[in-house]
Amino acid sequence: MKEYQTITEISGPLVYAEVDEAIGYDEIVEIETAQGETLRGQVLESSEGVVAIQVFEGTSGIDQNASVRFLGETMKMPVTEDLLGRVLDGSGRPIDDGPEIVPEERQDIVGAAINPYSREYPEEFIETGVSAIDGMNTLVRGQKLPIFSSSGQPHSELAMQIARQASVPEEEEGDDEESSEFAVIFGAMGITQEEANEFMEDFERTGALERSVVFMNLADDPAVERTVTPRMVLTTAEYLAFEKDYHVLVILTDMTNYCEALREIGAAREEVPGRRGYPGYMYTDLAQLYERAGRIQGREGSVTQIPILTMPGDDDTHPIPDLTGYITEGQIYVDPDLNSQGLQPPINVLPSLSRLMDDGIGEGLTREDHADVKDQMFAAYAEGEDLRDLVNIVGREALSELDNKYLDFADAFESEFVDQGFDQNRDIEETLEIGWDLLSMLPKDALNRIDEEFIEEYYREDDSEREVVEAAD
Amino acid sequence: MSKAESTETTPSEDGVIQSVSGPVVSARDLDARMNDVVYVGDEGLMGEVIEIEGDITTIQVYEETSGVSPGEPVENTGEPLSVDLGPGMLDAIYDGVQRPLDVLEGKMGSPYLDRGVDAPGIDLEKEWEFEPTVEVGDEVGRGDVVGVVEETVTIDHKVMVPPDALDEGETTEVTAVESGSFDVTETVIELANGTDVSMHQEWPVREARPSANKKTPRTPLVSGQRILDGLFPIAKGGTAAIPGPFGSGKTVTQHQLAKYADADIIIYVGCGERGNEMTEVIEDFPELEDPANGNPLMARTSLIANTSNMPVAARESCIYTGITIAEYYRDMGYDVALMADSTSRWAEAMREISSRLEEMPGEEGYPAYLAARLAQFYERAGYFENVNGTEGSVSAIGAVSPPGGDFSEPVTQNTLRIVKTFWALDADLAERRHFPSINWNESYSLYKDQLDPWFEDEVADDWAEKRQWAVDVLDEETELQEIVQLVGKDALPDDQQLTLEVARYLREAYLQQNAFHPVDTYCPPEKTYLMLTTIETFNDEAFDALEAGVPVEEIVDTEAAPRINRIGVQEDYEEYVEELKAEITEELRSLY
Repeated sequence: MKEYQTITEISGPLVYAEVDEAIGYDEIVEIETAQGETLRGQVLESSEGVVAIQVFEGTSGIDQNASVRFLGETMKMPVTEDLLGRVLDGSGRPIDDGPEIVPEERQDIVGAAINPYSREYPEEFIETGVSAIDGMNTLVRGQKLPIFSSSGQPHSELAMQIARQASVPEEEEGDDEESSEFAVIFGAMGITQEEANEFMEDFERTGALERSVVFMNLADDPAVERTVTPRMVLTTAEYLAFEKDYHVLVILTDMTNYCEALREIGAAREEVPGRRGYPGYMYTDLAQLYERAGRIQGREGSVTQIPILTMPGDDDTHPIPDLTGYITEGQIYVDPDLNSQGLQPPINVLPSLSRLMDDGIGEGLTREDHADVKDQMFAAYAEGEDLRDLVNIVGREALSELDNKYLDFADAFESEFVDQGFDQNRDIEETLEIGWDLLSMLPKDALNRIDEEFIEEYYREDDSEREVVEAAD
Repeated sequence: MSKAESTETTPSEDGVIQSVSGPVVSARDLDARMNDVVYVGDEGLMGEVIEIEGDITTIQVYEETSGVSPGEPVENTGEPLSVDLGPGMLDAIYDGVQRPLDVLEGKMGSPYLDRGVDAPGIDLEKEWEFEPTVEVGDEVGRGDVVGVVEETVTIDHKVMVPPDALDEGETTEVTAVESGSFDVTETVIELANGTDVSMHQEWPVREARPSANKKTPRTPLVSGQRILDGLFPIAKGGTAAIPGPFGSGKTVTQHQLAKYADADIIIYVGCGERGNEMTEVIEDFPELEDPANGNPLMARTSLIANTSNMPVAARESCIYTGITIAEYYRDMGYDVALMADSTSRWAEAMREISSRLEEMPGEEGYPAYLAARLAQFYERAGYFENVNGTEGSVSAIGAVSPPGGDFSEPVTQNTLRIVKTFWALDADLAERRHFPSINWNESYSLYKDQLDPWFEDEVADDWAEKRQWAVDVLDEETELQEIVQLVGKDALPDDQQLTLEVARYLREAYLQQNAFHPVDTYCPPEKTYLMLTTIETFNDEAFDALEAGVPVEEIVDTEAAPRINRIGVQEDYEEYVEELKAEITEELRSLY
């Protein structure tokens, strides 16, 4: 391994150095500053004689006398089952004073694409215990379902609720061995110490930490490191899922910070920018992260992703949510209006979507009437939402009886179905029963999306029949 | 990529890598022509020459380039990017450069796509039963069919004289004919001019296969989707674009077309889209029945899956791979439909490569040649008279994913300038789960007039009239809705309220279709027509009743009419519709 003291240019997170040997693209670099500090970086461009290096920890402290060492390999993540219960920094080094990690394997963090032919189509229902998700936008194992939120919204609470509750049904059913099959990998990118503490406290309080791996890149950590963190997270996830048979839930927060880091590097390299200054390859880059969710034929485990992103200006046409939405299999919208009304969780089901839902629900999976109930509730709630605008102009009295029922339905849908609190865990049966309670507010023949058979079985003919399965808390 | 017998290629001088930046590699001293396929680095990653400047050659590499370093060799094959054509392409699944994914899985021994592994597009060892259709002494010209192979239960693969074996108009004599079991590389027919015809051909993907003549398409590509067949039909040999924001149902619409369109062959190109979606196709299609003949759907389908996380350069080429395979089946006289999901990802791949080449960007960073490339692709679709005298068609249906759902962006706009059918997907409709969420006000089909005669012959004389009636009602509704938004429905006069009611049936029963319901998912044109006439029956009877003095509330509150919404799920729809029409008529007439 040769050392060079040939740095020619330092610009933002980038360092250019002259070399006299062949350096591989993506190779890992160590830079030792005059002060004796070792910084790590990665080769972004390799030409004969000169390489561009992206430094993870930032370039401050580097001068032209710093020495550059090329490690001759691409970035690797040391993986082992012992990572469970550990807290690491954004580059995968332990920061929890625990014992040294003895890796079983060192895996390339870039990760190869899964052959579509080898994938298994995800269709196993994950019960998150959140009605707005289970009932309306069901999550399945191996799916990538982001939370679209904006600053100041309780998306972290929602993510924690999912992480906490999604594991519960299996723990109840199985013996101890099975309960260990579930793992959460939490990747923090540029979030504040406070937010990080909330997650950590929740993990510790609920005992979730022992089956979790936490990667922390905080707001004051180097931005460039953020481009590595999710790859470390997903490499660990793939290892645990496809080699150790865990069902892994990956939470990545906040993807917006990740994309900002990409933009920063792009700008430093003087690349031709795409929309709003983000690099033109951002779609490909994000896809290389999100597409690492899934199931593989013949392997027990699965990787399910819940990336969280805060939409700048709550605008979902911004490139970050936009490109994400085109890659992920749906999205869950956290709505500021619903939040200010005090709904917990403030999920707006109308723009939310789970693409894999249709194959994950129904007879034998959830319940035979699930798809119809969902469709009808979407239609009725949308109708009620529309009418709200009208009521503001003409008043309720001017509306027909049926329209008034739709309005009542929309109100009840929010207060009874969506607003369940961050601590309540509802099983799917309960969620659907509440659904029927609400749908029974409408006349039978308005239920045009539901099979007559199901109406016969579940429709509450009069109010006394409404089983009030209200909040148990 | 074509690996079948690296024929007597003139050995070219190898080059040396000079620099690596993502999928773009430049090499020194490589003797190559534009678009030659090269093998890059010690691992032999496949790439294509995209720029030559002095002694520097720029190459886009179809595989991940991590770890590739300057100084490694570059080997030129001296051939342009080509596909292997021959029996075995149906029921297959390829990546963007026609490497069969199932074979790759076996070769790599891993569910992950490794690098530097190549495989021919068709199995070179598999033997097929070749049945000649010519005899010694027959005269044949280029593209002529000389034999038949049963490729799948559905499709007879026709073995043709390669179009480049003879000049246009030239014929030659058949000198030897074989019959029986052969693999695709063996000669089955010998021609007097020295050509040995095997079941295997190669064709460069960026070049259209020759045809004799392009004709005006006059037959619809019947999709079994009411809003498409009924309002915005596409022709066999036509072009269509499906733009829409995420979550509006582009992929479901494409899948529905792939499942139910009445083409002979389906080429489904998953270009830069989700892995799980391709897996769904791979798992579903072998089990689904072809509505035309009950055979497995895969027997007429070839899949090209270059998911979003697979190398970006291969995403750029996958569209060409798809359309070349489509043209090959067209030459056999088949009607081929190609679905490309999504052409925006293809355009983005061009943009990514272009920006790495530091080309001067056009609109929104896309290369200036974006419009030309899109036009070239869609021009390869059409209804053709083939060089061998048969007729075949390639229909191209491209999904477009405009950023932020804004149709004014370059890919959508440049596509709309070429295609003749536009199915605009609408996020608002999707949000209220109105599927397919195709906006009936914005969409159009320029094939309507040339296809009407077919529908009038095959389905009903007044097909066009009925469609116009539905369009008029929907237009009127759109106008009325604006007023309703201001004053409420009850403030409208009775006849307009009734129009809204009729329009509601059109929207909920006719335009909506449940892709996940076993019966409703496919709606033959006859059923589409009957459904429309049922709604019209209600319309006519209801307005008669209104004229006779029946209050609109009573008309709306009848029992029979809501059953219109259930026509879609009826298997024996003819009987159901007959009864329903009678009941609607009877009930409404009993009111006055």
